[in-house]
Amino acid sequence: MPAVLEIEGLRKTYKSRRRGTRNALDGFDMRVDAGQVHGFLGPNGSGKTTTLRTLLGLIRPDGGRMALLGHEVPDALPTVAGQVGAIVESPQFFPHFTARDTLSLLAGAGEVPAVRVDEVLELVGLRDRAGERVKTYSLGMKQRLAVASALLKNPKLLILDEPANGLDPGGIREMRTLMRTLAESGMTVVLSSHILGEIQLICDSVTIISLGRRVAFGPVDEVLAQHSSGAVRIRLEAVSDLPVATEALTQAGIRVTGHPDHLMLTGVDKPASVTRLLAEKNLYVSELAPIAVDLESVFLELTATAPVPGQHRQVDESTKVGGTGQPGPAGGGWGA
Amino acid sequence: MSLFRTELRRLTKRRFTRYSTLLGLLVLVAVVVGVFFTNQKIDAGQLARAERQADQQYQEQVRWSEQERVECEKAKTAGTATDGRYPDDCSVITAPSRDQIEAEWFLPSTFNFKETFDETLIPFAAILALVGFVVGASFVGAEWSTGGMMNLLLWRPKRLTVLLTKLAALLTGILAVTVPAAVLWFAGFWAVATFRGSTEKMTSGVWQSFLLTSLRGVALVLVLTTIGFALASLGRHTAMALGGVVAVMVVGQFGLGILLEMASVRFAEAWLLPTYILAWMTKTVTLQDWDSCNATYYGECKPATMDITWQQSSVLLSVSVLVILGAALWTMRRRDIS
Repeated sequence: MPAVLEIEGLRKTYKSRRRGTRNALDGFDMRVDAGQVHGFLGPNGSGKTTTLRTLLGLIRPDGGRMALLGHEVPDALPTVAGQVGAIVESPQFFPHFTARDTLSLLAGAGEVPAVRVDEVLELVGLRDRAGERVKTYSLGMKQRLAVASALLKNPKLLILDEPANGLDPGGIREMRTLMRTLAESGMTVVLSSHILGEIQLICDSVTIISLGRRVAFGPVDEVLAQHSSGAVRIRLEAVSDLPVATEALTQAGIRVTGHPDHLMLTGVDKPASVTRLLAEKNLYVSELAPIAVDLESVFLELTATAPVPGQHRQVDESTKVGGTGQPGPAGGGWGA
Repeated sequence: MSLFRTELRRLTKRRFTRYSTLLGLLVLVAVVVGVFFTNQKIDAGQLARAERQADQQYQEQVRWSEQERVECEKAKTAGTATDGRYPDDCSVITAPSRDQIEAEWFLPSTFNFKETFDETLIPFAAILALVGFVVGASFVGAEWSTGGMMNLLLWRPKRLTVLLTKLAALLTGILAVTVPAAVLWFAGFWAVATFRGSTEKMTSGVWQSFLLTSLRGVALVLVLTTIGFALASLGRHTAMALGGVVAVMVVGQFGLGILLEMASVRFAEAWLLPTYILAWMTKTVTLQDWDSCNATYYGECKPATMDITWQQSSVLLSVSVLVILGAALWTMRRRDIS
């Protein structure tokens, strides 16, 4: 499958006399194949928005290579800009124009047929409010307008930074459906979001960034599988048999954690071996359930940003690939 | 071309543009109306009455000077003329000649197109330049501060093209207001002169001179519009341009003016921007140094003078535009957009 978006070794360094040097992007890599919905995840300050801004020519990179739709950017941006729809960070529009005026002016600048304005307003559910000034809009409505502006070009690649931000539950579901519909129509969608449940539902593949470097990437299933602990929960017919079962399983080399009414097993390659082992001891399993890992737990593990009771994690405290692997203000922070 | 048309649409859609322009035009209308109602057409009766009043004034002056001369003589004779009230020689107390008291002093104000119209082009250019400056600053400043510029650059990534197209649209819009306004200004004051003054002695040379002055006025409007636009783009906020102007005017002009005065610098006005703006419009501003004395053949004491010409002003305005717009373009090209 051809790559629609390619980034290799992207670097961006911010220098400040007062606060030293900060590597916002530190050799970041990313690849998005055509027709996918790709999730782009990372903690606050990890470099997601910097990546998107750099890709779209708003920020000048200090090193690395980027390509959009097979064209090297930023040099070829004027060529590909018409095929890339994007919203970066929070939606920003001139507050005194109506939504229709806003889109109409963008359509004029991009030589998009005026009829497309009404199409995208309908698509994002703003048809009946299109004549109102943007300053009267809620955050969710502005977000819808931002998505509409990105869709205006009917792009081949759609880049959305936090598109569900401010949307109501119904809006989030609509956005999810819209993303899938767009992907089915052949559009490639790159989605940056912190709503990991949504990403898991919508996306085919993900890239996780932490302190300017990629910490995980690939199809969602593979990323989850790579970080699955192989945990299994079992219940027996008789709770009184749990100590015997614990002993038998431990002797077989399986790590067991006891609970009042069930056991948690880790390091289980094949769940069938557990039932066989216990049956040989005349212990009968009433429930055996592999514990599925979700994207949120993988994200927290990979970026080391899970909350710790009694600690207040700072923005730059996350995992750095090639660094210590421990949370802490690693080389990416101000003054590094 | 689509971007230019779109930016022109954006400019005209903005309420600030509409209201500022409307306000500026209303001020111009108020000036014309004010001049209309404060001037009168002079008829033969008024001229005769003014002549009579001038005669009366002359007679009063003659009577008064004669009376004063007599008093002076008396004081000299009595030996009481020691308080400096009278000159040493009482014969120097004389009445002015009749022709020194002009009849027009006693006439109501009248608008003479040939003599007065070019002076009106200065407030015309100043008001529209002010409108151009704030509209230009707001046009790009609001785009930067509300994120509109970033949105636009996602569609049209050529930054310099975008900024220069915006400027071209702005200047086109300002020109589209200024040129018809100038035509109406001419027409308005021609009407004022026709009904409340005089349109006599208008030669082709006078018309040419007015036309050139108004062209310089239009150029001034465009220059200040460009500077407002460039300053706001440089600071990525409308306030940068407005704050810059306040800083220049308060610190750079009033402050500098006071400092130069305290230091008794010769021709202090030569360091102040309004002098050059005035010279641009009037072709020449002659500064005088009242502390100097250049004696003439007739024994008069004339102050030293210094001419500021419109050519010098043109250099200053050109350099200002080049430097400020150049800096705005450079930062547009180089600085990250976040």
